[in-house]
Amino acid sequence: MSDKVNLTVDGTAVSVAPGTTILQACEEAGAEIPRFCYHERLSVAGNCRMCLVEVEKAPKPVASCAMPVAPDMVVSTKSDSVKAAREGVMEFLLINHPLDCPICDQGGECDLQDQALGFGGDASRFADNKRAVENKHMGPLVSTIMTRCIHCTRCVRFAQEVAGVPEIGAIGRGEDMEITTYLEASLDSELSGNVIDLCPVGALTSRPYAFTARPWELKKTETIDVMDAVGSNIRVDMRGREAMRIMPRNHDDVNEEWLSDKSRFVWDGLNTQRLDRPYVRDGQNLAPASWEEAFAHIAEKLNGKGAKAAAIAGDLVCGEGQFALKALMDKLESPHVDCRQDGAKLSGPRGNYIFNTSIAGIEEADALLLIGTNPRLEAPVLNARIRKRYLMGNFPIATLGAPAELTYEADNIGAGPDTLADVLAGKHGFSDVLAKAERPMIILGQGALTRADGDAVLAAAIALAEKSGAISDTWNGFNVLHTAAARVAGLDLGLLPGEGGLDVAGIQQAAQSGEVETVILYGADEIAGASLGDAFVIYIGSHGDRGAHRADVILPAAAYTEKQAIYVNTEGRPQMTEPAATPPGEAREDWKIFRALSEVLGLTLPFDNLADLRSAMFEVAPHFAQLDGLSESAAPQAAAKDMAAAKMSREAFAYSVNDFYFTNPIARASATMADCAKAKQQRDGETEGTGTHG
Amino acid sequence: MLRDEDRIFKNIYGLGGADLTAAKARGDWDGTGELIKKGRDWVIDEVKASGLRGRGGAGFPTGLKWSFMPKENDGRPHYLVINADESEPGTCKDRDILRHEPHKLLEGCLLAGFAMGAHVCYIYVRGEFIREREALQRAVDEAYAAGLLGKDAAGSGWDYDIYVHHGAGAYICGEETALIESLEGKKGQPRLKPPFPANMGLYGCPTTVNNVESIAVAPTICRRSGAWFAGLGRDGNTGTKLFCISGHVNHPCNVEEEMGIALKELIEKHAGGVRGGWDNLLAVIPGGSSVPLLPKEICDTVLMDFDSLKEVQSGLGTAAVIVMDKSTDIIKAIARISHFYKHESCGQCTPCREGTGWMWRVLERMAAGQAQVKEIDMLLQVTKQIEGHTICALGDAAAWPVQGLIRHFRPLIEARLTQGPGHQEAAE
Repeated sequence: MSDKVNLTVDGTAVSVAPGTTILQACEEAGAEIPRFCYHERLSVAGNCRMCLVEVEKAPKPVASCAMPVAPDMVVSTKSDSVKAAREGVMEFLLINHPLDCPICDQGGECDLQDQALGFGGDASRFADNKRAVENKHMGPLVSTIMTRCIHCTRCVRFAQEVAGVPEIGAIGRGEDMEITTYLEASLDSELSGNVIDLCPVGALTSRPYAFTARPWELKKTETIDVMDAVGSNIRVDMRGREAMRIMPRNHDDVNEEWLSDKSRFVWDGLNTQRLDRPYVRDGQNLAPASWEEAFAHIAEKLNGKGAKAAAIAGDLVCGEGQFALKALMDKLESPHVDCRQDGAKLSGPRGNYIFNTSIAGIEEADALLLIGTNPRLEAPVLNARIRKRYLMGNFPIATLGAPAELTYEADNIGAGPDTLADVLAGKHGFSDVLAKAERPMIILGQGALTRADGDAVLAAAIALAEKSGAISDTWNGFNVLHTAAARVAGLDLGLLPGEGGLDVAGIQQAAQSGEVETVILYGADEIAGASLGDAFVIYIGSHGDRGAHRADVILPAAAYTEKQAIYVNTEGRPQMTEPAATPPGEAREDWKIFRALSEVLGLTLPFDNLADLRSAMFEVAPHFAQLDGLSESAAPQAAAKDMAAAKMSREAFAYSVNDFYFTNPIARASATMADCAKAKQQRDGETEGTGTHG
Repeated sequence: MLRDEDRIFKNIYGLGGADLTAAKARGDWDGTGELIKKGRDWVIDEVKASGLRGRGGAGFPTGLKWSFMPKENDGRPHYLVINADESEPGTCKDRDILRHEPHKLLEGCLLAGFAMGAHVCYIYVRGEFIREREALQRAVDEAYAAGLLGKDAAGSGWDYDIYVHHGAGAYICGEETALIESLEGKKGQPRLKPPFPANMGLYGCPTTVNNVESIAVAPTICRRSGAWFAGLGRDGNTGTKLFCISGHVNHPCNVEEEMGIALKELIEKHAGGVRGGWDNLLAVIPGGSSVPLLPKEICDTVLMDFDSLKEVQSGLGTAAVIVMDKSTDIIKAIARISHFYKHESCGQCTPCREGTGWMWRVLERMAAGQAQVKEIDMLLQVTKQIEGHTICALGDAAAWPVQGLIRHFRPLIEARLTQGPGHQEAAE
């Protein structure tokens, strides 16, 4: 099979792997083939007929997207008959397509528009009335103008194949064929926004973005998403200071070209609830203050009591900020630092807390056990990768935790640690499946780690991985799926309780008892305000959320789209964001705030610019310098003290993400996310009302 | 004219019974087990020698098609699927086979299935054929009861099951891959080829889809030899064929005739001639609504077989002869056919989805005299933009009748468009 197939495309000889399609071979030869229905990440439909080429000895033009190459094929992509065929197809597509480009959101980035330039006529020969199609309801994210639909079925195939929710389909036939959702409900998927990118015309467009901007007036910044720990590559489109939309970028090893709805539509959260100046508490109210006033207030409280200060880092914060925070805490001589605001029992060798298999590596696995995780909600794009592997076949999947609606068949083998202990002891049917698999995978979710017995669960999971041969020289099947974009960097940089230090739970208790007098919440918004007792709370972050409400001093910082910073995703892949805008008002980049504060406290941190900070940071975590690289990590190792299965409670695993649309302060500030949650609630309510529920 | 002893469908008019006893009396199921014991290659060779070409319209050599099925079984089952989704306007031959000669079909299914290594056969019956399906199911039940199907079918040592499946009434499901999709429970839309059904057909397994008539003649071919069948008709167009004559004739009928019979002879001998005499003939659609029509001057001499009709830029299709006398508004008639294809297009691929409706609308206006003369050329060009550019042959089937109309009746259309409706006479 390794033999190459030789063929000629427009007189150029190419040799490609057998099974390649003519279209791919043509691209290899540098001949561009127009297409609408073909998409390299979806199955081949061959229905638009735009990619027709001429093949010598074939009686008819051939759909190049669907036809595999054969030896000595002679393909012509530029002949008169090919041109005529494409012009014919283009004319057919246009006769019923409205000429409403001036009011169409796809205008300027429309495949049909672009290709009509090459293959369209100057005037229509169609003298009859154009078809009008009723719009369909597809929920709060996807706006439909179905008259524009050219029936390429990309959205149908995406829903079916990638999203795993076969809820889009075609009804009717002939020219009355219509694309619609099942019972006109919004799509029950966390990836639904991708159909907007896939739609080659303006039939499916972004509802929140509707009529707000034209693509050519937007400034595009390539950066990284932080809504989950996948580290999806994105592009933020800005007009002036305002984020207008977020689009995915292709990264084969991370998000391919998909993006979760939260990452895509959260942008309005970037423009609302922003902290744009410092505040100082004055009784019940937070009063606007200058930086000097705020710093002075802090200095007064912290003076000489640095060791009684504690710091908690949140979910969306960057590597640089966490590094600066840790440096500041060291200067304050406080060991009370924790980046695990959810209380996850993660530490130890790096292999213990990252997604060792890598996201792309999922495709090579041959069995999967999900422990206390619902990847569909915790990392929708990663979940799509699991589905991709599932569709290849021979991929037994089992879950431990409450039964969840995943997008692939999975056997719910138990609810809690009991079953995990059984699987570990070889007393469960799935033990054999794991043992027989050559490259088994175990994914441990935060839901299994944030419990009191998280240490023991982690140890049991690592032991199971070792026992089933998931950890070898060539394969590492032990994975922790994070939900917070900040977490791996925090763990890498050692934002963990030092000698005699308190963890998150300890800090809260100590704050209540008064042992800890000052708490720095660095973007930590998942901590209940009351749990901090009477402590003096400094909130450093971008949004007015839970943390800011509890704060005594607020220092406004940059959101992820406003700074150049390193984030490390769940795989341990460092990636750098780029600023699409400057922070609003008087807000500053995170590290600068810590640096300035340290000076006021008389504990000046030893870096004056980002470059100095990074070189210091790279000394602690050298792999941060290898942007986009996956560095070799130490193998997972369970601490001996946690090894006893008996240490595990019998309580069932809960999932860490339940409100998918409200997991962080930016999402909570987004009206779009609120609409999505409402739609989801409605949909779930309706299904319950059918009488078939339960 | 076909001699009585060479007639295969002796009960096509239903004068005898359709039951097993009557069928056996006519020679069906006679020594079927023995025929099978002669082996797979023998059956295929006989059918190849007979020169039988598929009776569903495309005329692909049946024996050759069977031989495309993998010789060795790779673990996947093989399937034979019978296309009884007869929906081509003007065609009603399979219907009479299902009604009156179902045992010929069932015996053929066994022989053909055996020849391609299939143990299971599905018969996909058109949705509108309610009684026909019942008749077929009766015959299947009889055959099972008599041990002609099931384990060790007809004493051949070959296990064979036949399932009758009822379609939902879509013309496109007569296209073999759309039929397979429909059989799998999906929306009836043709698949891309390759892969061909012989490799990846029903449920991804090797599959052959055959027309009812092609399969129903197979037992007689095996019994009387391929050479006998090949001796009828002309070279490359052998055997007998059921012709369906409808329209403006005195006695519309189905009739089995030798391939290559003259069209005029066929109509005059069997259908009682054209209404008002041969000179009152305007045009004939010789092979079901999808083939281009033939004006009288061609009908005078043309022979009814694949190659003769191809020479005059038409086709034998399903051999459904639709006769139109001079009272016909030929533009309106083709517009009606165009509406049929617009209505039956599956909508999957662009040229057919958009083009069929366009053609129909232009033709309707032409029939009403409300188009411009330059639109005739445009219409012709649209048919060429559809033809050969679609996934399945429905695009071609929609384009050809329009092309035939423009080819032979252009002056009539021009007259109607320049002088208004009612200028039918211009064609004479």
